[in-house]
Amino acid sequence: MRDGEPLVRWAWIGDHVDELAHYTGVHLRLGLLPVLLGLLISIPLGILCHRWRWAYPPTLTAANILYSIPSLALFMIFVRYTGLTERTVMIPLTLYTLSVLIPNVVDGLAAVPDPVRQAATAMGFSTVRRVVQVELPIAVPVVVAGVRVAAVSSISLVAVGQLIGQGGLGYYITRGLQLDFPTPIITATVLIMLLALVTDALLVLAQRLLTPWARGKGAAA
Amino acid sequence: MIRFDAVSKNYPNGTTAVDDLSLELAEGGITVLVGPSGCGKTTTLRMVNRMVEPTAGTVSLRGRDIRDVAAPELRRGIGYVIQHAGLFPHRTVLDNIATVPLLLGWGRKKARARAAELLELVGLPAGMAKRYPYQLSGGQQQRVGVARALGADPPVLLMDEPFSAVDPIVRAELQTELIRLQKELRKTIVFVTHDIDEAIKLGDNIAVFRTGGRLAQFDSPERLLADPADDFVAGFVGQDRGIRRLSFVDAAELPLREGRVLSAATPVARARAVDEPWVLVVDGDRRPLGWAAVGGLPDEGTLADAVLAPLGHTFSLAGDSARAALDAALLSPSRLAVGVDAQGKVVGVADAYELSAATSGPEKDGPSTSAAPSGEVGKQGPPVHEAGEKR
Repeated sequence: MRDGEPLVRWAWIGDHVDELAHYTGVHLRLGLLPVLLGLLISIPLGILCHRWRWAYPPTLTAANILYSIPSLALFMIFVRYTGLTERTVMIPLTLYTLSVLIPNVVDGLAAVPDPVRQAATAMGFSTVRRVVQVELPIAVPVVVAGVRVAAVSSISLVAVGQLIGQGGLGYYITRGLQLDFPTPIITATVLIMLLALVTDALLVLAQRLLTPWARGKGAAA
Repeated sequence: MIRFDAVSKNYPNGTTAVDDLSLELAEGGITVLVGPSGCGKTTTLRMVNRMVEPTAGTVSLRGRDIRDVAAPELRRGIGYVIQHAGLFPHRTVLDNIATVPLLLGWGRKKARARAAELLELVGLPAGMAKRYPYQLSGGQQQRVGVARALGADPPVLLMDEPFSAVDPIVRAELQTELIRLQKELRKTIVFVTHDIDEAIKLGDNIAVFRTGGRLAQFDSPERLLADPADDFVAGFVGQDRGIRRLSFVDAAELPLREGRVLSAATPVARARAVDEPWVLVVDGDRRPLGWAAVGGLPDEGTLADAVLAPLGHTFSLAGDSARAALDAALLSPSRLAVGVDAQGKVVGVADAYELSAATSGPEKDGPSTSAAPSGEVGKQGPPVHEAGEKR
């Protein structure tokens, strides 16, 4: 860092508000779309794993193996098919969410009390209707707990996408490094952390509103 | 109504849950399936709504083989109540009760209106409608469970140990409540319990199962207590079945004596002339005041001057059973039970010996020698059909 350069030049932030807002939006999209996609994949897989327990260990192992592949390697693989696009960042991030979301869907379904499941069957729910109207809603608190972890980690991981030029706010981190200029690095880092925290808080709020019935059990905490 | 024809349930691991069961359950009555754990009573219950499919034999409902109906459709016409209520935690009390009407496509408004009626029927305040199950006590949850089972007004109600997870006081309340509801609704109820007292309290007929899924006896509670089919049933019914039988004798049928009942205005000398150790002192309206020990009476005056021993509890000729009368006699300082009418006026008194002499029919010393060999009972005509066709 150059001598005399302050950690944060506030004037720079003032000059870049519009641009920062743009990249924040991109960052959110890159971070949260994968969580949504991951959830759409994990719910059916989790239901299958809950119904056929033998399928769970191999599915979880596969998800964990995907998670263990370095993001850089995944970017390099997908860049051959999807180019330097946002998709190349979102596909690996989606795959990463699976190792958190699938177990949470399975655990959430397993947390449905047996008498409740039996009662639903005995009331005349078909299997599909029982899963959709009874079991999944009861699994919501546990699933949301997984979504929170996945969302926070996904938002912070987006910055790595800058390696292929799609890193949301990560753009400022590499720029700052190249220019030996700390202000954008610190601004982007703080913004990414704020995004993660605010997203987490909103998820907690959403869950409170979605599951008023869970309050007595402390499950909404 | 509900008919089991040579029904068996065997599992691949070789265990037999139900062994060659034939049984016909009367319409509009409570049939209790009772027995030790592992006797197949719950399996039997669950075969009625196809939660368990028999390996052999047929179950029919109103003359129709239940396998002819798709399981979900069949189940919407059969109420089901289980031990821990099994309420849906994510739905309000009202929506829990509306479950089956909603499944049947009644529409939300009509289903909720029906649910509100049922909430009242099971004795819960309307203010509970919007609560969630976690905000309810165990007894309240169980009431909601019953209301939910009644959702679409099904003719048949299956109850699987519904009251065994609540404390004894609440259990007794719920049992009384069920009897009240049943008087009003006249459902065909199949009730599973391991508690013989509950079976006797609730059952119009009782099927006693033994381990291995065999029917040991199917009879009315009175007959079960008076004449158990074999040692197993006698043992299961318990040592005090003689006393429990008294529950089925109406107190109004008991012989009572009036001679020892004297008004407080009676002179002491007349009380002595009765020549009994105790006399019951009553007021001008014949309401009981207490017992006077004749040996401890003052030399003169009336019974109003005597020191009275407390009454103990009385029994009512309008509603109590001989069991309550016997209990009253045992607890009374004079060893005499005081019978009162609906207005609380004394009708007469009797001691334990008089009470029991009046109530005992020809009681056998041991288990009936004419009982069929174990396991054969269910196949024979008499016990099955006698109980089944009584109504």
